[in-house]
Amino acid sequence: MNAIEVRKITKRFGTFTAVNGISFDVGRGEVFGLLGPNGAGKSTLIRMLTTLVIPTDGTALVDGADVTRDPNTVRRAIGVIPQAMTSDLELTPTENLLIFAKLYSVPRERRKRLIAELLEAVELTAWADKPVKMLSGGMRRRVEIARGLVHSPRIFFLDEPTTGLDPVSRTAVWEMLRRIKSERDLTILLTTHYMDEADKLCDRIAIVDHGELKALDSPMRLKANVPGQNTLDASFTNAPVDWRERLARLPGVDGVTEDGNIFRLKSNSGPATTMALMSTAAEVGVTVDSLSVQSTSLDDVFVHYTGRQLRDALQDPSPADRMMYRPR
Amino acid sequence: MERTLAIIERDLRRFRRSTALIAMSLIMPIVQLVVLGYAFGGNVRGLTLGVVDQDRGLQAVHLREMTGAVAANAKTFSPVEYHDMGQAVTALRDGRLNGVLAIPPGFSRRVLEKNDPRVALIEDNTDGFVSASMAATMAGLVSASSMPPPSSQRVPATTSLDVVEVYPYVPYIQYLLPGSIVMSIFMMVMIGGGIIFIDDKSRGLHEGYLVTPITRLELILGFNISGAIKAVLAGLVLMLIGSPIAGVPHPYEPLRLLRLFVVICVTSVALVSMMFLLMVRMTDPLLPRALFGVLNTILYFPSGAVYPQAAFPKWMRAIAIVDPFTYAVHALKSVVLKDVGFAAISGDLLFLSVFAAAAMTGATLLFKRTL
Repeated sequence: MNAIEVRKITKRFGTFTAVNGISFDVGRGEVFGLLGPNGAGKSTLIRMLTTLVIPTDGTALVDGADVTRDPNTVRRAIGVIPQAMTSDLELTPTENLLIFAKLYSVPRERRKRLIAELLEAVELTAWADKPVKMLSGGMRRRVEIARGLVHSPRIFFLDEPTTGLDPVSRTAVWEMLRRIKSERDLTILLTTHYMDEADKLCDRIAIVDHGELKALDSPMRLKANVPGQNTLDASFTNAPVDWRERLARLPGVDGVTEDGNIFRLKSNSGPATTMALMSTAAEVGVTVDSLSVQSTSLDDVFVHYTGRQLRDALQDPSPADRMMYRPR
Repeated sequence: MERTLAIIERDLRRFRRSTALIAMSLIMPIVQLVVLGYAFGGNVRGLTLGVVDQDRGLQAVHLREMTGAVAANAKTFSPVEYHDMGQAVTALRDGRLNGVLAIPPGFSRRVLEKNDPRVALIEDNTDGFVSASMAATMAGLVSASSMPPPSSQRVPATTSLDVVEVYPYVPYIQYLLPGSIVMSIFMMVMIGGGIIFIDDKSRGLHEGYLVTPITRLELILGFNISGAIKAVLAGLVLMLIGSPIAGVPHPYEPLRLLRLFVVICVTSVALVSMMFLLMVRMTDPLLPRALFGVLNTILYFPSGAVYPQAAFPKWMRAIAIVDPFTYAVHALKSVVLKDVGFAAISGDLLFLSVFAAAAMTGATLLFKRTL
């Protein structure tokens, strides 16, 4: 049995369709990422899977329980880290975890040890009894991660876990999640709009845009499906007039563009194209001033499947994402 | 039940550390009690009365001497003699005088002839309290100066009224205390309950609750019991501090404290239920702040906390009938000022209980377990 099974799930707010007939499965022990820009429908989707929002149509089974018909079974099986920082600032990390241990009916005799273990796992033992308001953004996020695990859930939902954190804190959160995942039998579903986060953490990625599933596969396969797996940027001295045409005929090259003095070659075989470029340049007497070879990124994947850059894909927030939002 | 207790524990732990919130919720009703109590409760003093004696007879001198006696004792006003009526009236219009006592020519002769003797009080009536106070003092003074000499008859021929007061003198600050206790409960319900509830909701804190297996009833009970506990604490603190400030006799008499405790508890539950009903579907954090001032005005003033409801127009009395403050203030006044038992306030307690049950039922029906 899969940890999560989603079939044609849809959520409409009036005439606005936030999620439109999405289907996917998440296997046990998998780290699954929902990648898309703000307002793509990721948060609405995760809210439906965590019983916060009732789907308009379709079904979703989480740990074998239907989110609509049996929400309490789902709630016992999952840990959730919402997008907003929701720990009580006036309380200490220990107190925050203690309250949630009680909400999840964790047996009294296990609470103290469990909380100490979790705070150690997120490296907050030294801050266990300081008010959360004294902690940095990254540390607060780690409190939330520990809080979400206080009842030993089998499936862990994280809604944009590193949004708003500086690069160092983001890396620390990633490391923490990897370690926790390696130590526990945990399935993780996370949403993100950071390409590098999805690339580094997820076993499989679903690209979501305008409430629809655009692609779903491992990061490696998603990149492999994009034409031109490598990009070569090079600048030359003494290039002949037909140099661009010559570059286009090199082995593996899918296309060449010119931006000032820089030639950009899309290649499906980076090493072969690089070797051929160097030998051709030597034959013709062209000096290679600079050369860089880059692999295809998830940015390229996103552009390939949605036709636009992720950073450009700002959308209106859905009513579920912004409860205060009123269309003008 | 453990989950309900967890919600209460979380709320009370936060509350205990929010010293600014506690201070603000308690200071305002105490300041209001002291400032309004002394501002409205004292006798009017230090007015200036112009006296124009156009008679100069024996009875006129007697009347002037009596105004001097008022200046020396009650200090309601101090007399200033004017020889010209026009100057006195000009001084009155300029605000240098609060009133002018005019003793017309022939006043003393008319007194002796018992021929309808009259004096006039010309008042600046732009301030009703001042003019009423001066008129009352002058009426008493004129009445005293007209009293017949002691009679040789054993039984007076005229009817007289003897007023018997059932309770000791009640200064205005004591009259105001019950309203201030209700106000402190309301402040805590509004700031510590309503505003924090909406702020937590908009910050996403409620999402944290909603993804746990907590039931709708457990969640509602948790929110409301913690709100009621905070409100009861606020009411008790104001009762314990406010009673000696207001000079309530025997403020810590155990049986009366018990009755007050019961009224404060029932009032707190009623106001928390009302607030929960108002906030249950609200999402805008600014709205409860805006609502605060409106509710404060339409609940506090019609309740009879600062002025007797008998003086209100019909529409305001209609508000007072459905206003839970009315019953809370009445019950607290009955216990604080009259020291009555539960039987005398059972109607108030019944209304507040029914009000709480109705509001809580409405709020529970409107409460959504999802976003």
